[in-house]
Amino acid sequence: MNTTSALFYLFAAVLLVSAFRVITARSTVHSALFLVLAFFNAACVWMLLKAEFLAIALVLVYVGAVMVLFLFVVMMLDINTDSMREGFWTHFPLAAFVGVLIALEMYLVMRNGFNLGTATAMDPAVLKLGNTRALGVEVYTQYLYPLQVAAVLLLVAIIAAIALTLRKRKDSRSQNPSEQVRAKPADRVRLVKMDPVIEAPSLPKTPEGGTA
Amino acid sequence: MNAAGITLYHYLTLGGFLFALSVVGIFMNRRNLIVLLMAIELMLLAVNMNFVAFSHYLGDMQGQVFVFFILTVAAAESAIGLAILVVLFRNRATIAVDELDSLKG
Repeated sequence: MNTTSALFYLFAAVLLVSAFRVITARSTVHSALFLVLAFFNAACVWMLLKAEFLAIALVLVYVGAVMVLFLFVVMMLDINTDSMREGFWTHFPLAAFVGVLIALEMYLVMRNGFNLGTATAMDPAVLKLGNTRALGVEVYTQYLYPLQVAAVLLLVAIIAAIALTLRKRKDSRSQNPSEQVRAKPADRVRLVKMDPVIEAPSLPKTPEGGTA
Repeated sequence: MNAAGITLYHYLTLGGFLFALSVVGIFMNRRNLIVLLMAIELMLLAVNMNFVAFSHYLGDMQGQVFVFFILTVAAAESAIGLAILVVLFRNRATIAVDELDSLKG
């Protein structure tokens, strides 16, 4: 067994164990941290497949951004973990059945093998470019339009996430500078023209009983 | 093609096991929506693993381009999913899937 296969088995074992811990961990925070480990090992496996750019992108995008988002949400929500665990093992027979079924079906697909004989090796010119540049050439020439669509998709995701979670607080007070600048004297003081009304002072009653 | 004794089938088996594990996770974590989202991320990882393996062994860059786009979509999906989760928790004070059974929010 040479170094590459030893590394593959190591990364694959850690990946599967951490994936198992993601779905069985008692606390959600532990699940998230094991998911980080799983992604990191997957990135290592991709390195073995000579997909360096995607491996690093996986670490940056997932470990750096998505998992931090997950951890934020997990810690922001006040979740009762004990009630979450209720009935965890009651679903196990069905889950095990479906899992074994899927694994079996994949085995049946793979048993016949794939016709790799007709596949050509990676073009030496592409190999010489390096993985990142080869991917870039592919993405920015042949897949330019899908790239734009992906960018729009990310924009839509940003706007949707903000619009969903944004809420106006009723108890916070803030000032509106543009309204303040645009204020005119007329908005503040209203001068009312009105006739002077003079009320005749009523005299105190005289002791004689008549008015003055 | 690969000097090591590792073939395409090793990677496909790894992807298959990962996918089956995450399906099991979806079945078992019925009450925790966050872990459900994590299991979906694991599934996408398994699919990406197959894409990268095929890309390497068939000598074709297009598999890796596809993984690139899948990563984009997965990031957008998890961001929106978590946003929906936060709104849900604000309204209902629970994220247990089987308690979310009323149509009116």
